[in-house]
Amino acid sequence: MEKIPILRMGPFLLVTIQVDLYDRLALNLESDLVQAVSKTGARGVLIDISAVTIVDSFMGRIIGNIASMSKIMDAETVVVGMQPAVAITLIELGLPLTGVHTALNVEKGMELLRKKILVDGEEMDVDRDDSADDDAE
Amino acid sequence: MKIDISKTLLKKKKQILDLWMKNQLADDGLRDDLMSNEALREQSGELVDVLLQKLTDENLHDVQSPEFDDVYEILGGISITRARQGFSPRETGIFVFSLKDALIEIIQQEYKNDPALLYESAIRIGRLIDSFGIVTFETFIKGREEVILRQTDEIAEISTPVIRVWDGIVALPIIGTLDSARTQVVMESLLQEIVDTGSSIAILDISGVPAVDSLVAQHLIKTVSATRLMGAECIISGIRPEIAQTVVHLGIDLSSVVTKSTLANALRYAFASLQLEVRKKQKDYPSIK
Repeated sequence: MEKIPILRMGPFLLVTIQVDLYDRLALNLESDLVQAVSKTGARGVLIDISAVTIVDSFMGRIIGNIASMSKIMDAETVVVGMQPAVAITLIELGLPLTGVHTALNVEKGMELLRKKILVDGEEMDVDRDDSADDDAE
Repeated sequence: MKIDISKTLLKKKKQILDLWMKNQLADDGLRDDLMSNEALREQSGELVDVLLQKLTDENLHDVQSPEFDDVYEILGGISITRARQGFSPRETGIFVFSLKDALIEIIQQEYKNDPALLYESAIRIGRLIDSFGIVTFETFIKGREEVILRQTDEIAEISTPVIRVWDGIVALPIIGTLDSARTQVVMESLLQEIVDTGSSIAILDISGVPAVDSLVAQHLIKTVSATRLMGAECIISGIRPEIAQTVVHLGIDLSSVVTKSTLANALRYAFASLQLEVRKKQKDYPSIK
């Protein structure tokens, strides 16, 4: 079965969605990601959806859910690289994803995450050395 | 007794054309600035040729006859060209109706000894040319509508210019009324430009929008939200007092949107969030001793 890899990068988790999400895959991603956040104690989650061209209300809700779940687990979520068509669709569906931070590309998303975590007044590399390279199996 | 109008007319073709040209040239409304007399003669000659060829005593009764399709086609072509060249409907009308005068004058000379036949032929020719006139106007209006449609498209195309004001800042001045179709174009071109330029700030200047109703405000909010989803910030600038009044009276909440009074202020805000600074250059005056 297809699986979306969740990469760990310092205190952040990096998810790049390279395929069009179907419901099952999105649900798996949601549970995998929360598991990974809990296991690694990540402070931020970056989801790159620049390759996603089709989106529906379910997928929009999943992204919103992931953000809310990470939020209550003390991790910020940034969605990067949303295509114009996807943005318009989500707005027309009435899903403005209010709890989600957004950025144009991965670079800016990373910068945003770093800034968010610095604002919290903590060091970025808090848990650099425990349970490394474990990508959420 | 067999009437033979079509044969008679065909024989007099040259004469008809001359007479028709004379009628057209005699008219006060002749636009020799738009079309030379030679071109006019050519156009008229072509029409007379085809008309007299197709005209038979049978189809003279029946203006809908498929045999006239060629004539209608030529008429349509002339009419559309004239619409594009800027002839007035009256001038185009006179072009067709002066042919009636020419035809009637010819049959008058031919049948002057037989009033009954003359009367009948005149009526038929009148009916035929009237029908040509109607076709001419229909095509004329169609031609004009095409012109209008093309202009509408052009306006829609040029009305959403996304400007790169700075590295990372795009601006879109909206001029004219916003409707759903246009907002869609605005939104799409703005978002596309954000992707293309990698800009993190978009300024939507609405100082050229005459009125805002709840629908337009809804569209604006949608655009702002879509921009945010893309990972850029959207600033609305140039909200005029009347618009501010309507927005508040309509109970539209724009508090979630960054609004600035002018494009300049929006740009200043954008510079600030990009941590850029615009300063006046310090002049180094030589110190006076």
